Amino acid sequence: MSLLSNRLKGFWRGPGSSVEAASPANGGGVPQRPAPRPGRKEELEVRQSRGLEQFFGSFRGQAGLSILDLGGASQENINFITSLGHKFYSEDFLRIFQETFGDDVADQSNPGRIDYFLRQSLEYTDEQFDGVLAWDVLEYMEPALLSATADRLLRVMKPQGYLLAFFRSDDREKTAPYYIFRIQDLRTLQISQHGERALPSQLFNNRRLEKLFQKFQTFKFFLTRDRLREVIVRK
Amino acid sequence: MEPESSRGGSASIGKAVKIVGQIFSREDLFVDGDVEGTIELVDHKLTIGPNGKVHAGVKAREVVALGVIQGNVDASERIDIRKDAKLVGDIKTARIVIEDGAYFKGSIDIVKSEPKVTPSQPRPQPAAAVATPVAAGAGVSDAKH
Repeated sequence: MSLLSNRLKGFWRGPGSSVEAASPANGGGVPQRPAPRPGRKEELEVRQSRGLEQFFGSFRGQAGLSILDLGGASQENINFITSLGHKFYSEDFLRIFQETFGDDVADQSNPGRIDYFLRQSLEYTDEQFDGVLAWDVLEYMEPALLSATADRLLRVMKPQGYLLAFFRSDDREKTAPYYIFRIQDLRTLQISQHGERALPSQLFNNRRLEKLFQKFQTFKFFLTRDRLREVIVRK
Repeated sequence: MEPESSRGGSASIGKAVKIVGQIFSREDLFVDGDVEGTIELVDHKLTIGPNGKVHAGVKAREVVALGVIQGNVDASERIDIRKDAKLVGDIKTARIVIEDGAYFKGSIDIVKSEPKVTPSQPRPQPAAAVATPVAAGAGVSDAKH
């Protein structure tokens, strides 16, 4: 089995592997970001996600909500979200991220470039969204850009709105597979791997995540055995 | 690549053609050139070819996108966004098919198809695939390429 496949198996462990947690931990370093390397053969994994279950559970019995998917448009997610009676919004966040910054890590601290990026990717009216599916897109960012993005997300979310994001925790490797997340049902995701992208530029332990989402009202995450954090925050 | 709608019986805008204005058509239309303005096909199918660049609001029974659309799309029956297509705008349709690799930025409103009703008043009679220049500096421009 290939290295990528092994990593995928390790990253996405299966159902029943998550525990609810909320305690802080240590900080970490900021590695450089090599260029993404797309084009590997797609690999698929199906797993249960308590974060996803909680996200949609929060909207149970409601329809006509506005849900923003930052992972780009996939047929499955469109079908699932619109079948619940919600309006689906799509942003291919990582594509815009790559087009804006390329491999220039320093540029992610440039206020002008950050502003440009946010205008390209999150130019919405205030309090527009009831829910945001961020998947793992936030973890590829440097601190200044990440912080500005979290602030913008907070702004475009409605009060009581929810955001779901995934963070690999103490992964110190230089590259990481990147994924497309397809919703199968309320608690099941199909994850397809589409090659490798630069490692998350910073480590996401509890303390960092709590700080990142400190302006949100509630912060909860499900820590899987393979140390993936499925984070749910509420505005 | 020769999309199905470019076969006989439908109007076509070639890849070296640029139109600025309004297009109304009562037959299927294949756009492989540039269009700025609006496109409205009553009960017909619009195909944006791989070279097509449409900066326009679009209204049709069915839309197939292989090229670029920047503008809102109202496809009463369905919209099909193919692998290398790029669509930036809000979509209102009864059914959407989107291939992996397509770029889409905007919103999707799924609306149920309304049963066809005979209109009580006759609609204005647009010519088939006629480009109507819009005001203020608009018009059919020269061919690109």
